[in-house]
Amino acid sequence: MTDTVSSADVRTILDARGYRPALEWIARRAETFVIPLAALIVGMVLFSLFILAVGKSPVQLYETMWRGGFGSWFSIQNSLSRAAPLLLAALCVALPARLGLVVIGGEGAIVLGGVAAAAIGVALNGAPSVLVIFLMGVGGVAAGGIWIGAVGALRHYRAVNETISSLLMAYIAIALMNHLVEGPLRDPASLNKPSTQPLADIYRIGNIPGMEVHWGLVVGILACLLSWLLIEKTRWGFAARIAGGNVRAAQVQGLAVGPLIVGFTALAGGFAGLAGMLEVAAVQGSANGSLAAGYGYTGILVAFLARHNPLAIIPVAILLGGIDASGGLIQRRMDLPDATVLVLQGMLFIVILFSETFYGRFKLFNPDLWQRST
Amino acid sequence: METTDIGLWGVPLAMLGGAIRVSTPFIFVSLGEAITERSGRINLGLEGTLVFGAMSAYAVAVMTGSPWLGLAAAGVAGLCFGLFHGWICKFPKVNDIAIGIALMLFGTGLAFFFGKPFIQPSAPDLPAIPFGTWSDIPQVQAALNVNVLFLIGAALAVFLWWAFRNTRIGLIVRVVGDSADAARAMGLNPNTVRLLATGVGGALAGIGGAYLSLYYPGSWTERISSGQGLMAVALVIFARWNPLGCFAAALLFGGAGALGPALQSVGVTQGYYLFYAAPYILTLIIMIATSSPSRALAGAPGELSITR
Repeated sequence: MTDTVSSADVRTILDARGYRPALEWIARRAETFVIPLAALIVGMVLFSLFILAVGKSPVQLYETMWRGGFGSWFSIQNSLSRAAPLLLAALCVALPARLGLVVIGGEGAIVLGGVAAAAIGVALNGAPSVLVIFLMGVGGVAAGGIWIGAVGALRHYRAVNETISSLLMAYIAIALMNHLVEGPLRDPASLNKPSTQPLADIYRIGNIPGMEVHWGLVVGILACLLSWLLIEKTRWGFAARIAGGNVRAAQVQGLAVGPLIVGFTALAGGFAGLAGMLEVAAVQGSANGSLAAGYGYTGILVAFLARHNPLAIIPVAILLGGIDASGGLIQRRMDLPDATVLVLQGMLFIVILFSETFYGRFKLFNPDLWQRST
Repeated sequence: METTDIGLWGVPLAMLGGAIRVSTPFIFVSLGEAITERSGRINLGLEGTLVFGAMSAYAVAVMTGSPWLGLAAAGVAGLCFGLFHGWICKFPKVNDIAIGIALMLFGTGLAFFFGKPFIQPSAPDLPAIPFGTWSDIPQVQAALNVNVLFLIGAALAVFLWWAFRNTRIGLIVRVVGDSADAARAMGLNPNTVRLLATGVGGALAGIGGAYLSLYYPGSWTERISSGQGLMAVALVIFARWNPLGCFAAALLFGGAGALGPALQSVGVTQGYYLFYAAPYILTLIIMIATSSPSRALAGAPGELSITR
């Protein structure tokens, strides 16, 4: 009689208690969780080296970052406010990515969505507020949807590379906004910063009760949940995943790839347009140059970090919202340029993309290892 | 005084001068990208390289007083960015387009980080050669004041066009770009060739950035680039990976970019921002017109992910 238990015994015990399927389930999913997390840590270590190289203390930096992003109720609310547009901007990248498209021009859809919403809000001044806010949302979604949907249509029907065309369209959108805001839609009273006429107070979107965070956060989280359901639980999502894996195979199966691509890109652009509408209705109160604040570009990073999974976008957007929010404090407390946050984001982005090469390389994550031995 | 004398003739003249002035960064970035893409990789990060090149050139020129040292610094910085892209893309499952986007953000972030102290001081300019001294009209003189980098870029385009066809190195780059398997059969290592091709491409993009900060517009600001690095990538596709085509397309883009300021100089201010969008719209139209879903692009390197 011995006290030690052989591995075969362990397996028998685990089998008997039904743990084995659980282990398999964990192994199957752990990879998509552990590798990005490890990449995040490696990226932060590399950034520490960078901060050391410019003669500052990384410990103080991360401490400041924590305080500025999540250290107090005030800073948490600030981070959540910044996460709201990031959620929607990231969906603009993640949804087309499931179809194998790299769309990076979400900034253009945000800007145009904001301008469309502001124009509607000013034009319908006097109408009931619920109706106007609803129509502003519709306008924002439509503007963004048409803009990015066009990118998808060009991709499918004309084989125009979507990465370059979407970014060109973003530059065109920003020029269009400048034209409209400084010309036809300009409020003559806005002298230093050309803007559209301010929205009446009843058309503004307020804060979630008990918080200094506007309703955009709830909208963004709902959009992520709906996108997840769309991709994982509906036949359109299933078709999109097939087309993302192999377009030819999807066509052979008789899937209508064209409408699928246009539909997904239009929905993606619609979310980004909604982000622009929320910026106007909840934050700025009018459309102006502040709409091009770079949320579209940070959204790219959020989507890649979340590996284009809409559920994972929620925590990642909050994390990056916090990093964004701490930028000002880092600048004041540590005498570092405001671009410090951009450097960190760039490093994280590169490390995350590099980590793609490690998928499937570790035995530990192989479900076969945990499978029933006969 | 003279401005009103030549009237509307000022527009084409200003566009010619503008085309020469504005096109130079396009020439360098697109030639660099042409080398990279001919080897079968695409580097979208040249936008970031351009901005970082502009910053490093300006910083070094301010500190040393020599614009040429600034130019060299921009080239070396660009080389480093290019080599990094080339190195990281050799790993399996690492996507060259996505890495390019990341480097675009990283390069701009790094440039803003280190460039902060250099926004105020002024740096010496790169020299220009006045070809317009025969004329008394200041607009003509201004239009024909050609920077040396433009001339170097033009010579480089001809040289690369010749080198791709007639030299061993040109052949090696083209083989690697058309078929990695064929290259391996020839005993070449595709990753090494692509590493070097991306490095050279990055160096040229850095030099294009130096032109921005050291000649036109001639100062370092955080808004120095308006997407030239990215448009240059589209321009290479339009030019069918032909260096001479890149040069011609760059001039065309420069002209489109000069349209807004040229119209403004003769008093047309209506819709200024729409004219500002002209190069982007032109790029998009060209991409739509030259792409087709039913056939591959003529002259496209077989290994290029963007045309597959």
